[in-house]
Amino acid sequence: MSNSNNHKLLIKPDRSSYPKPDESGKLQVDLDSGKYVKVWHGPNHPGVTGNMSLELTLCGDEVVEAKTHVGYLHRGFEKIFERRTWMQCFPTVVRMCVPEPDSNEYNLAASMEELSNVEVPEYAQWMRTLVLEMARISNLLRLLPAHGGTMGLGLGVQWGVYLRDLILDRFEELTGARIYHMYIIPGGVRGKMPDGFKKRLISNLDDIDDFLLRLKRLVIDNAVFKKRSIGTGYIDPSWVDKYGIVGPNARAAGYKRDVRKDNPYLIYDQLDFEPYVDNEAASDIFSRTWVRFMDLKYGVEMIRQILAKMPTDGEILGKIPNALNWKIPTGQTYVRSESSRGEYGFFAVADGSEYPRRINLRGPSYTHAIALLEKLLVNANISDVSAIMVSLATCPPEIER
Amino acid sequence: MKAVKKQRNDLYFVTVGKDQAIPAVTYLRDAEGFSHLVMITVADWIEKGIFELNYIVHNYQLHVDISICTNIDREEATMHSAHHLWEQAWTYQRELKEMYGIDFPGSPRVDESFNLEGWDNIPPMRREFDTLKYANETFFPRPGRVSHDPATYMKQKLYPNE
Repeated sequence: MSNSNNHKLLIKPDRSSYPKPDESGKLQVDLDSGKYVKVWHGPNHPGVTGNMSLELTLCGDEVVEAKTHVGYLHRGFEKIFERRTWMQCFPTVVRMCVPEPDSNEYNLAASMEELSNVEVPEYAQWMRTLVLEMARISNLLRLLPAHGGTMGLGLGVQWGVYLRDLILDRFEELTGARIYHMYIIPGGVRGKMPDGFKKRLISNLDDIDDFLLRLKRLVIDNAVFKKRSIGTGYIDPSWVDKYGIVGPNARAAGYKRDVRKDNPYLIYDQLDFEPYVDNEAASDIFSRTWVRFMDLKYGVEMIRQILAKMPTDGEILGKIPNALNWKIPTGQTYVRSESSRGEYGFFAVADGSEYPRRINLRGPSYTHAIALLEKLLVNANISDVSAIMVSLATCPPEIER
Repeated sequence: MKAVKKQRNDLYFVTVGKDQAIPAVTYLRDAEGFSHLVMITVADWIEKGIFELNYIVHNYQLHVDISICTNIDREEATMHSAHHLWEQAWTYQRELKEMYGIDFPGSPRVDESFNLEGWDNIPPMRREFDTLKYANETFFPRPGRVSHDPATYMKQKLYPNE
């Protein structure tokens, strides 16, 4: 997929009548002049990822200023944690990311295990890895076709939702829940694979392989999608560290950033994989779509690899204290994992009681949806706003927490 | 430098004075390759009268995190800004101002509301903020609504004869 430097082909429009910044850098926008229009893009809008809103100032059909507003979903998760025992936090942490809650389960469990020196059995570690990879592909099945969906290619979204449902069936079979699984618990996991689970999961993976071929024809090879996505929403590679860009967005800019490789956890060091990186650093919507396409393809392969390599049976739970009266020794840690959107971390502080002193989530959207998105949208066409936003895979609950 | 704690082979907590924190993260970023600001976060130690601020930075070559920790007075919660080092730093600082009341003079948009538009109470993530009291005062029970102690109520429903 070669599309490097296409952003340089864009013709620069005449912006001489656009608002000028004052001494403090704030744009002087006089809405009464009739030159500018203020539009609220969200929170109820089909082109918005979740409950967030963009305050856009437009000159004609071009965005001259953008501000991200969150808080439409805020339920004070991190405040609630301080009033719950560590174990009572589990039903709440998963709600910090609806489409991919398992990273939250893992991060909280890993924080507690590290601070309490709890060992996790090998079989449970393989099962955790399997669940995290299933969560990755189930989120990508929703997210990847949405790249085309923002440009009117809705059919791929329908296909993706159907296949995501099949993976949710497997989650229901394994964990008893479709969305909030709460399967990864401190010390291990809640159960073993049911009979026939492996065979049914492999059958679903075959369906996804077929879907990827169809999605490539429908979206990636589509002339309209290419025309609109190549060169749009360009992230300069020099911004990656400056803006805290991680995961697929960083890999589309040519940076090999993947926690599974950089700081291997669970059994990722026993798996044979290389995260896909766009070495040409095209770093536009098309490039980010292609990176996610390859992530889904590699994710399917990785699940096959896990199923082939993992032990057939073993202990699912290590030795843990009484879960209802678990006092975590005083200490603090930062635990991270790789979600489908990038680095996903928990900063956890224990004060020796049953209650967390502090649990703070670091989600990729925190940087992608505010500082970066506000920057990317300036001078974007209003019709590209949704596409740029979706290409960053923003998820508002992990911003508000 | 006041203290160094090795949490894991790839995670260290380094405690420094308030005025040394920003120079320390600047040094780590510019001289030691800790180019990625993972997060700026805080823990409220109300019993000690301090906020413990943490600047977690990551080195992609060494795959190591260092958290620069510093304690600031809860009553005069002000800290030097790091917005000139990373573009996303002002977002963290804006949130810390709203949720803990920690001021970062000079940080862009630090006084703009982040989550809590129209909030007129003390910063809600401070330990002294009582969520139950606030909810009772703000969202008082509707007429006709009855509250039960869950344990007693379930016992009466499930085992009425015991």
